[in-house]
Amino acid sequence: MTAPAPTAGMRAPSLETIGMSKSFGALRALQDVSIQVPAGSFHALLGENGAGKSTLVKCIMGFYIPDKGQLLLDGTEVPVRNPKDAQALGVGMVYQHFTLVPSLTAAENLVASRADAPAVINWRKERDTLETFLERMPFRVPLDRPVSGLAAGEKQKLEILKLLYLDQRFLILDEPTSVLTPGEADEILGLLRDMAHRGEITVAMISHKFREVEAFCDDFTVLRRGARVGGGKVGAVSTREMAAMMIGDAVVRPSAARTVAPKSGTTLEIAGLFAENDEGRDAVSGFDLKVQAGEIVGIAGVSGNGQSELVEALSGQRPIKLGQILVHDQDFEPIRDHFDKFKIFGLPEEPLKNATVPTMSVAENMAFRRFDKSPISRLGFWLSREPMRAKARDLIDRYNVKTPSTETQIRDLSGGNVQRAVLARELSEDVDVLIVANPCFGLDFASVADIRAQIMEQRNRGAAVLLVSEDLDEILELSDRIAVMSGGKVAYLTPGAGADRTTIGRYMAGH
Amino acid sequence: MSSGAPAASGLAAAGTPPSAPSARYDLGVRLRANSEYVAIPVFALLMAAALFAVFLLAIGKSPIEFVNYVWRGGFGTAFSLQNTLQRSSPLILTALAVAIPARIGLIMIGGEGALVLGGFAAAAIAVPMVGVVPPIVTIPVMVAAAVLVGAMWVGIAGYLRYARGVNETISSLLLTYIGIAIMNFFVEGVMRDASNPNKPSTKPIGDAYMVGYIPGTEVHWGFPVGVLLSVALYILMTRTTFGFAARVTGGNFRAALAQGLPVGRLIVGCAMIAGGCAGLAGYFEVAAIQGRANASLAAGYGFTGILVSFLARHNPVVIIPVAIMFGGLVASGGLIQRRMGMPDATVLVLQGLIFVVLLTSETLYGRFAIFRAGDAKERT
Repeated sequence: MTAPAPTAGMRAPSLETIGMSKSFGALRALQDVSIQVPAGSFHALLGENGAGKSTLVKCIMGFYIPDKGQLLLDGTEVPVRNPKDAQALGVGMVYQHFTLVPSLTAAENLVASRADAPAVINWRKERDTLETFLERMPFRVPLDRPVSGLAAGEKQKLEILKLLYLDQRFLILDEPTSVLTPGEADEILGLLRDMAHRGEITVAMISHKFREVEAFCDDFTVLRRGARVGGGKVGAVSTREMAAMMIGDAVVRPSAARTVAPKSGTTLEIAGLFAENDEGRDAVSGFDLKVQAGEIVGIAGVSGNGQSELVEALSGQRPIKLGQILVHDQDFEPIRDHFDKFKIFGLPEEPLKNATVPTMSVAENMAFRRFDKSPISRLGFWLSREPMRAKARDLIDRYNVKTPSTETQIRDLSGGNVQRAVLARELSEDVDVLIVANPCFGLDFASVADIRAQIMEQRNRGAAVLLVSEDLDEILELSDRIAVMSGGKVAYLTPGAGADRTTIGRYMAGH
Repeated sequence: MSSGAPAASGLAAAGTPPSAPSARYDLGVRLRANSEYVAIPVFALLMAAALFAVFLLAIGKSPIEFVNYVWRGGFGTAFSLQNTLQRSSPLILTALAVAIPARIGLIMIGGEGALVLGGFAAAAIAVPMVGVVPPIVTIPVMVAAAVLVGAMWVGIAGYLRYARGVNETISSLLLTYIGIAIMNFFVEGVMRDASNPNKPSTKPIGDAYMVGYIPGTEVHWGFPVGVLLSVALYILMTRTTFGFAARVTGGNFRAALAQGLPVGRLIVGCAMIAGGCAGLAGYFEVAAIQGRANASLAAGYGFTGILVSFLARHNPVVIIPVAIMFGGLVASGGLIQRRMGMPDATVLVLQGLIFVVLLTSETLYGRFAIFRAGDAKERT
């Protein structure tokens, strides 16, 4: 194992930052932030995207050197100049995305993660050590299967075990439950809390989910625009107050009411759809679903059950192997003429990556749907820039896109503004079918509320909306019906009103 | 620029955007952003020149003398300048063969093969027509043959890329060697001119069928054609729906698919335009310089064109001055060889250095705060 640092051992350390500040150019990412995490506690770090949570933990982990401020471990100031220092002091982090080697087994991953892994490994000896180690742990994972064959919950457990194996007693978790089912999330967070309360570890968790914070955490800190704006004991303040601290004075649009939408029969029908993933296996295998006009059907599921392949197949980014898509009872193929004829629009996740050309201007990006039609196109081939800019100016006004000009490259806009520019392009026309995938991923509260309201408005106007999301709360809030996708097909279908989270979670897990 | 828009928007089209502040911002941002695309390549050129100077000093030659001879051999006299323009013509055309696919996100380096096959096709179709059909008919047929064959040749690489996912850089390069081999097969075999004992060639097409020079100069028509084609392709890529769709496809393939754009046709189309340009270069080599097709067609213009396009950042209009610069370098090779006692491959050393330094400089974009508008990223 690593050389025993002063703080290592079976004892939870306390951690404290004093006046931590960090600037990137003109941007003050962190301003004078002081937090206290007592030994053996489970601390929640709350804040919107860009509030400074990641910057703070990266300063603690040694990825960034803070401009100012101290880091105290067990009350003593410690210098952390790089991630190695943090590791030696017993501070470890679980990232949002897995850092395991998929082709290696759990045992191999654990041994390989050690800084002092020998050139020749005596597996018999290592196995014995691992077994003894696991006996002391509250949860186990299969040691001999390749990690790629483990479920997401087991992988997350292995990530945590890896830190404990390396004798890290202060764990930082960055949205650890985003890849888990609600059941797996509750199990893992519960185990971590119990370990913390037994004084074995101290945990700081970055989270967006108030439900988890209230159920498992002891204290919380709220950051906004790089500064600490609140904190205290969980339970002392209401969820509403916590949310208010996070948002500050930003205006959040009230969620649009669900009205009785004009129903005119099935609009989108997917029958027996098959599509392969990049490895050539059927990721979508026999998917059937009907979406009525004026209805939002939410597709829930643990990521990797074919949702992204389904959206890609519907939007022309992935070949359809077998099956039929009908819009208004007519055959639909994902080509440009059909998108226009059937009025099919889409809001993909991470719009900068999936729906824009980052190096093209805002006006050009807003013209993707219209550039080959009058008035932007003349004589069928000539591109007139002025009508394109006029259209963009109109959309920028109506959708409140903050951009210096129509000619700015869209990659220079903030995430929320890129999202609004894409919304403007896709929702400003007459929409019959809307395909939405994780529309709020990585956005701040105000943008999230805005986008959800717009999706609801389209439904109320009579559009058929297919909503694929990894955020179960989003699905529960917006959907008229909920379909759980597991193993490439619909495993469970239920009306949105009165849907049971536990039942949904069970079908998500594949039971 | 005049778009003939209705009166209301006509004002804006005339260059007066709606509000003055945004216009100023625009100009400032654009100037800063674009200056990066000038400063970094110029810096790369200077770096390469410095490295080459070290190379010259190492073999005991004077860099100053070298510059002097490049100037005299490439630009200094009316004769050398015309020679330079002459040599820049195939460079413009083969550079376009790299620049157009680059706009749709493909790095295609098969210009040399399309040039060779295009030139060969022009000669092959002309030989039976010589003396039978008048030049006024034969010349357009030769041009069409060269462009078509070139377009098909690079089009193959484009199709393989789209339909089978074959790496277009490798396939276009390998197709070049196949193309040269095909020409050699015919020129040394069934199409060999038996009356010419020296170099295996096709029969000459004869002076009457040559394309000739711009009156009063010794620059053949390939140069003005190349310049016009550069401008035309610039307009195609920036001001037409085809160019727009191609830029979307090149900028973000997934977004292009989600918009239902016909990406296959766009990719093959751009590859064919590229091949057509290189084929046209081959036509001019045959009909303005060589008068017949033989191994001299594979003179490396297609490869220098890659360098020209990269240095011009794949901008068709910028290709023109860059091609002239390299044309001068090529033109002065003979003088340098004679006067400085160095092999003419010396110029290739310089070209290679420029290419390596240029590719390395690609990593510098976005690293200098001076080129960035600090407040462009507005956080909300």
